[in-house]
Amino acid sequence: MKTLTKKNNKSISYAKWGYIFLIPFFTIYIVFSLVPIVSTIYYSFFENYMSGLKQIGPSFIGLENYKSILFESDLPKYAFNTLFIWIIGFIPQIVVSMTLAIWFTNMRLKLKFTSFFKTVIYMPNLIMAAAFAMLFWALFSDIGPINNLLIALGYEPYSFMLEIKGTRGLIALMNFLMWFGNTTILLMAGIMGIDSSIFEAAQIDGANAWQTFWHVTIPSIKPILVYVFLTSLIGGIQMFDVPQILTNGSGGPNRTSMTMIMFLNKHLFSKNYGMAGALSVILFIVTAILSVIIYNNLTEKDSNLSNTSIKTKGGAK
Amino acid sequence: MKKFKSIIALTLVLIMTLSLIACESNEVVTEPEPEDSTEEVPESEPEAEPEVETEAGKVLNIWGWNNEFQGLFETYFEGKGLVPEGVEVKFTIVPNDDNAYQNALDEALLSQENASDDEKIDLFLIEADYALKYVDTDYTLDIVNDVGLTSEDISGQYKYTQEIVTDSNGSIKATSWQATPGLFAYRRSIAKDVLGTDDPTEVQEALSTWDEFYNIAEMSSAKGYKMLSGFDDSYRTFSNNVSAPWVDSDNTIIIDDNILNWIEQTKSFTDKGYNNKTSLWDDQWASDQGPAGKVFGFFYSTWGINFTLLGNALDTPLPEGVSATGDPAAFEAATTGNGIFGDYAVCYGPQNYYWGGSWLCAAAGSDNLDLVKEIMKTMTCDKDTLTTITKDTQDFTNNIEAMEALATDDSFASAFLGGQNHINLFAESAKGIDMSNISPYDQGMNEEIQTAFRDYFNDTVDYDTALDNFYTAVIEKYPELKRPE
Repeated sequence: MKTLTKKNNKSISYAKWGYIFLIPFFTIYIVFSLVPIVSTIYYSFFENYMSGLKQIGPSFIGLENYKSILFESDLPKYAFNTLFIWIIGFIPQIVVSMTLAIWFTNMRLKLKFTSFFKTVIYMPNLIMAAAFAMLFWALFSDIGPINNLLIALGYEPYSFMLEIKGTRGLIALMNFLMWFGNTTILLMAGIMGIDSSIFEAAQIDGANAWQTFWHVTIPSIKPILVYVFLTSLIGGIQMFDVPQILTNGSGGPNRTSMTMIMFLNKHLFSKNYGMAGALSVILFIVTAILSVIIYNNLTEKDSNLSNTSIKTKGGAK
Repeated sequence: MKKFKSIIALTLVLIMTLSLIACESNEVVTEPEPEDSTEEVPESEPEAEPEVETEAGKVLNIWGWNNEFQGLFETYFEGKGLVPEGVEVKFTIVPNDDNAYQNALDEALLSQENASDDEKIDLFLIEADYALKYVDTDYTLDIVNDVGLTSEDISGQYKYTQEIVTDSNGSIKATSWQATPGLFAYRRSIAKDVLGTDDPTEVQEALSTWDEFYNIAEMSSAKGYKMLSGFDDSYRTFSNNVSAPWVDSDNTIIIDDNILNWIEQTKSFTDKGYNNKTSLWDDQWASDQGPAGKVFGFFYSTWGINFTLLGNALDTPLPEGVSATGDPAAFEAATTGNGIFGDYAVCYGPQNYYWGGSWLCAAAGSDNLDLVKEIMKTMTCDKDTLTTITKDTQDFTNNIEAMEALATDDSFASAFLGGQNHINLFAESAKGIDMSNISPYDQGMNEEIQTAFRDYFNDTVDYDTALDNFYTAVIEKYPELKRPE
């Protein structure tokens, strides 16, 4: 008995280690995240840039930076570019990921080498985005292998980087290739979390594969789907390195593949801290709103799940 | 045991903390640069040395955007044993695109005061396009009064190379080893096919005005050749003959009529198929200069001919380490019969122009001024060194007397240009260089107008949109500038 109480005491004293171990995180968070965020917000109210080697400002100008970013710059156009490129990359991504996730989790298909394929589809995500973009840049250049192949097959060579469709398409393709593996893994986790008795019940009721998918799988993994959708959207808003490298920073033909972060980078590159700050704050707010949506959605997860399972179970009875 | 565990846990946390901090260090993202695959990555900072007595002046820091000067320096200064014992020369190379070099250099210069002696920049290179930005500040030293070159030392240089780096108080703030007059380099074989001759004098007659240039473009096109490779090839011949700087005293951007002429000419060349729709430095552009190219010629200045065109003209690249300066015999063996080596020749072309040029600046706060002075003196003022550089590399160097002597020297010829004495043409062209209309913004302006109008030439956008994109991009780069009303 004595030893037991001793153990209890010990386990209580572990709690303080928890706090101690959290200190490094909070220190790093404060130094590298909180301070920069606060100073970014602070500097967004100033005119503050370098003209050659001369510092202009910082002089307080209130909301001028926000006004010129929101109403005088081409931000809406860049926001459209970003969303458009994200969407044309996301649609194939979710379709392919969903298909693969269902195949990989379906016991009746008896697929072989699934772990091998799971590894392979995840691979592109391990490559640095910049290196991936460089690879595509070389592959699809005017005299690159892809154009050589087109010529060899008797087609006209296509200047991918000079055409809006070509450039946007390549960026979307890269995003798709890099992320569909990751999405597949997430969706698989979601599907495997569904109680297998629900599927069995559906089968007994005579549901075919499509009905099982549409009426059982989709409602059950809805929270995961929303999570995938919104994290991908946030990732999309932060799209930078792929288009930056592929278009050499120019944003492609007629700035049609200039994303919002590339626009931010343009200001940072000319050391225009005021404007860059204002733009960062706007992006921060948008991302924060999306994160809140995810959070709300995930906290509702349990009630949602139990609802659907009750309904299905009810139906099975 | 418990203690041991918590020590391990703490150590792990510390290691993770450290690695996180290390990740926060600034990473320089280098843009893809088709032109120089041999580009050196900036060397990482050397580890802090153990507590050995450190004197000032142990490390000579030189900043540049490519390895052109590094090569010359290693052969003609370091190679001659002129670097004193115990001094380490450290080159920091940041590619030029998208102002990356200037941004990195600005950062370093701004923190120069607080840097340790071994990290202070001693010497840095600047280009004509943004020379004024650095010359007109206190970050560069007067090469006569501060560095200690005498006016006799620099008297042999081309005057324009000094005028462009003279600040508003009349002090000369930089010095160069090269002058950069531009010429038109054409393919002899194509000229023979189109014009019936490859003789530089006769080709020059056929191309002496823009109207005639246009005619030849038409004739070349009929024979299946392109006159120029890309949109920007003739850009400098127009932009160097503008009547006013890019930006007026009111910080308003001005597009000169001559730039508009370039746009008009390039658009019509593109529509008629007289060019190959490439952009400067891209793969296709480089390949157009090689054996598979079907392009009549390229506008190139001094450095471009020996530094870029030669490399592109070869079928098999030069073996690692072989250069005209390092090992002439191996160089000859590697180039003879290689690709179209020997098929190019140069003529003046329709208009006089210059392109580029590198200057050496002594950085304020340098702890190696004596050595900097010696480098400047040897590399930019010494007639013998400059003559040798020209003989070895075919580059056009900054000594009037030496260049005039080589220009009339019958024994001097460029094997790459089929035995032509190109120095003769350069020396003539150099007399006409006028840099009075450059501004501190030229680099950004030149880069952005070429990018913006590429879309117009490609028919992706109309003229007004291209113009609008140009203004937007430039004002992003230089927030103090304004669009014209």
